[in-house]
Amino acid sequence: MAIRPGSAGAQRLDDPSQSGLLMRLHIDAPLLVGLLLLCAFGLVVLFSATDQDAGAVERQLVRLTLAFGLMFAVAQVHPYQLRRWSLPLYALGVLMLVATLLIGDVGKGAQRWLDLGVLRFQPSEMLKLAVPMTVAWVLADRSLPPRLGRVLAATVLILIPVVLIAKQPDLGTAILVAAAGVTVLFIGGLSWRVILLVGAAAAALAPLLWYRLHDYQRQRVLTFLDPSSDPLGTGYHIIQSQIAIGSGGLHGKGWLLGTQSHLEFLPEHHTDFIFAVIGEEFGLTGILVLLALYVFIIYRGLSIAVDAPDTYGKVLAGGLSLVFFVYVFVNTGMVTGLLPVVGVPLPLISYGGTSMVTLMVGFGMLMAIQTHRK
Amino acid sequence: MLSPRRRVRPSERRRGVPNPRVRRRVLMWGLSAALLMVACAVFYRQVIETEFLRGEGERRYLRLGEIAARRGMILDRNGESLAVSTPVETIWADPRKLVPRLEVMPELARCLGQKPAELRERVQANAERGFMYLKRRVSIDEANAVRALIASRALEGLEFETEYRRFYPGVEVFGHVLGFTDIEDHGQEGMEAAYDKLLRAEPGLRRVLQDGRRRIVQEVEQVRPPRPGKDLTLSLDRRLQFLAYRELKAAVAENKAVGGTAVVLDVATGEVLAMVNQPGYNPNDLSGRDADRRRNRAITDVMEPGSTVKPLVVAAVLERGLVTPTTRVNAAGPLRVGSNTVQDVHNYGNLDVTGIITKSSNVGVVKLAQMMSYEDLWKQYQALGFGKPTGVEFPAESNGVLRYFKRWRPFDHATMAFGYGFSVTALQLAQAYAVVAADGVKRPMTLRKRDQVPAGTRIMSVKTARAVRAMMETVVSDKGTAKRAAIPGYRVGGKTGTARKANGRHGYSAGRYQALFAGMAPAGNPRLVMVVMIDEPRGGAYYGGLVAAPVFAKVMEGALRLFNVPPDEPAPSMLLASGRAAP
Repeated sequence: MAIRPGSAGAQRLDDPSQSGLLMRLHIDAPLLVGLLLLCAFGLVVLFSATDQDAGAVERQLVRLTLAFGLMFAVAQVHPYQLRRWSLPLYALGVLMLVATLLIGDVGKGAQRWLDLGVLRFQPSEMLKLAVPMTVAWVLADRSLPPRLGRVLAATVLILIPVVLIAKQPDLGTAILVAAAGVTVLFIGGLSWRVILLVGAAAAALAPLLWYRLHDYQRQRVLTFLDPSSDPLGTGYHIIQSQIAIGSGGLHGKGWLLGTQSHLEFLPEHHTDFIFAVIGEEFGLTGILVLLALYVFIIYRGLSIAVDAPDTYGKVLAGGLSLVFFVYVFVNTGMVTGLLPVVGVPLPLISYGGTSMVTLMVGFGMLMAIQTHRK
Repeated sequence: MLSPRRRVRPSERRRGVPNPRVRRRVLMWGLSAALLMVACAVFYRQVIETEFLRGEGERRYLRLGEIAARRGMILDRNGESLAVSTPVETIWADPRKLVPRLEVMPELARCLGQKPAELRERVQANAERGFMYLKRRVSIDEANAVRALIASRALEGLEFETEYRRFYPGVEVFGHVLGFTDIEDHGQEGMEAAYDKLLRAEPGLRRVLQDGRRRIVQEVEQVRPPRPGKDLTLSLDRRLQFLAYRELKAAVAENKAVGGTAVVLDVATGEVLAMVNQPGYNPNDLSGRDADRRRNRAITDVMEPGSTVKPLVVAAVLERGLVTPTTRVNAAGPLRVGSNTVQDVHNYGNLDVTGIITKSSNVGVVKLAQMMSYEDLWKQYQALGFGKPTGVEFPAESNGVLRYFKRWRPFDHATMAFGYGFSVTALQLAQAYAVVAADGVKRPMTLRKRDQVPAGTRIMSVKTARAVRAMMETVVSDKGTAKRAAIPGYRVGGKTGTARKANGRHGYSAGRYQALFAGMAPAGNPRLVMVVMIDEPRGGAYYGGLVAAPVFAKVMEGALRLFNVPPDEPAPSMLLASGRAAP
């Protein structure tokens, strides 16, 4: 994945015969192709994972279309505008988070939704974009590496929404938002000394955090360490997904033929655990194809970051690409048993619209950064 | 990420900037390592552990299921079904799918004959579960109604399963003999228990695909076919059993008795043709029934036989050549035996041996018994089957009590002669009478239909048996104690008994009797033997001749007709023509 200077992407886009029109439409072709392939694969898997529910696939297709439309719309926005809106967007997001905590709807034991009359809205999703934008804004037009004061300011800006989201409680999103901010900080040139220091402090504070966790969160961590300790409760997800993936073998049982998911052993098989369905039905081959698609998209995002003309663009593009990576890693790591169970969907594959919209808006920003050169 | 900037615009580089190339490498290595971990985890599961995990999966979705098999039928001697297993359906539900459809509950409850509020409550109580029985073993109408409801209201989450339900068409008439089975279809009482091994079905095994809620999705293969149970043909005759039950029930009601028993035997084969008891119970509905009502009293309960044993004592003295039917005996009471006295209702004075039976004289029969040793009397009872199992295979059969003669005292010797001091079951008494009826041959009893008649053993000579039968005919005459046992057209022999019930404390209760009649017909060449016992008649009459004998007459008359037994007593008009006198 090494990115060489003056990478292929930039050269391709400099070629007017190939990219003139796309450039004017502010569309990044490689990214678009990667996303389309991924989403197409996702729909195929979803048809199987929802037990051949054409209606669900159709709904997902509608969402995807809307999300792609949103992506194109965002791609038209000049990065300069994005930069200007960073802080207001962030402020609005935090305000809504506070509102959610005060008057939000309770769903499945957590306050995550804000009812705006016409639509129910999850403000935490907005922060997934607003936090990296704001951190990038804090770091961008000043000297790099950032001074300690800026780093602290950025840290505070990250922590406010993270704490608010963790209070909902929504650990998965909190981790993703924190990861979004931290990766931007890292890309922005955080000094190694600070990284090591914070790392050490975090390790020291980890036991304290343990006592701040909810019981079910603690249980998840414990079960992660030993799934068989609670095979019918929280360990059930992990055991069933291991069985589903493992019984796929090299080439899988074939599309629509996965027993674990279709016989309703695998829970959440069309949402958070859809990766296991892929493992069971398409085997190692399918998993590697999927991971290759993800790697391609992340690679393209990082290339855009490398090619970006200004610091804000570089830092934001790098941050967005890495957030996408964190999404992929947290979900696949959870389903394969490498990480504890955290409610993070497999990006662009899992059934559901909320995270999809966020991600596609992010890709729209990436395209904007790539295609607005002046 | 920052490396290109360095290359492109190196002038912008500032002092102290961490080396972007290093940073980029760290990032790349980090990302690659993370994704490689995922890939390795997947590789490990899918290549190295795949067999194990596949097995784990199969353990969860493949399961051995049973295939219901039909328990053997119980038939009467003519092949009429007395106990049948009919396939019935059990309806179960996934409550999670019913909870959103609570508006259908009243209709569903109506289909199942349940209360809407209760059903709704039950569904809500199980809302988190994936399984609950709606109703087990529903009727065909209920199943059809539920199917129609599922179709019309697009109801989901209801499943049907086939089970076998034991059904007894004979209801309470056969209840005591047949017994019943438990919910697992295993015999619990009566013939169902005695022949459970024969009747029991072996369920088949099949491998099925099940889903996460343990619902069977499809059958993969049949591992073992179901083996249905074998049928059991009883010796009982359904028609006779119904008749006997009806008459016994009527007599028990009429005499305000607490219970009753009747047994009919086939003399030639030793088969039990009818065996009924009161009070009865319905084996199709065991809810809330006193276990007391379920006893097959003819086999499980003992009684003191009273005067019904007198012909058997007479048979013993006749057999030993000590008397002839016409030998006269002084039956004038009271007779002192040790410190006790024996006496009759009337003082009969001098009686011949036949007269002792006709009048049922206690004094007379004691005098006859005293002609024999204790051992001789004991041997007679022993040979006739008292105190021993009859040979019918029936759970909880009682042997009765016949004490060994060496432990008898003189008064025991006397009471034994008129049926006190030992106990028998109704079946044992019938068996003893069957010996007399079969010209002295004892055959093992059975409740199963016989194809071959066992040879049997001779207990007394033909001459003795016939002589005793002739005496018993006099009982069923105007001079005897049981003229109400007479059946027009047939010669009937028998003996009444009216036994005081022991009170459980070495004494006898006043006013508590068991009215008995044991008899046979046609007396010349008996085909059937019947014993009737009415327990504690309280309707005023309590003598065996008044309470039990009429039941005998009605049932035996019907039985003789059922079995096409030709009359052996000419009608009165023929009587005049032949000039033959009734004995």
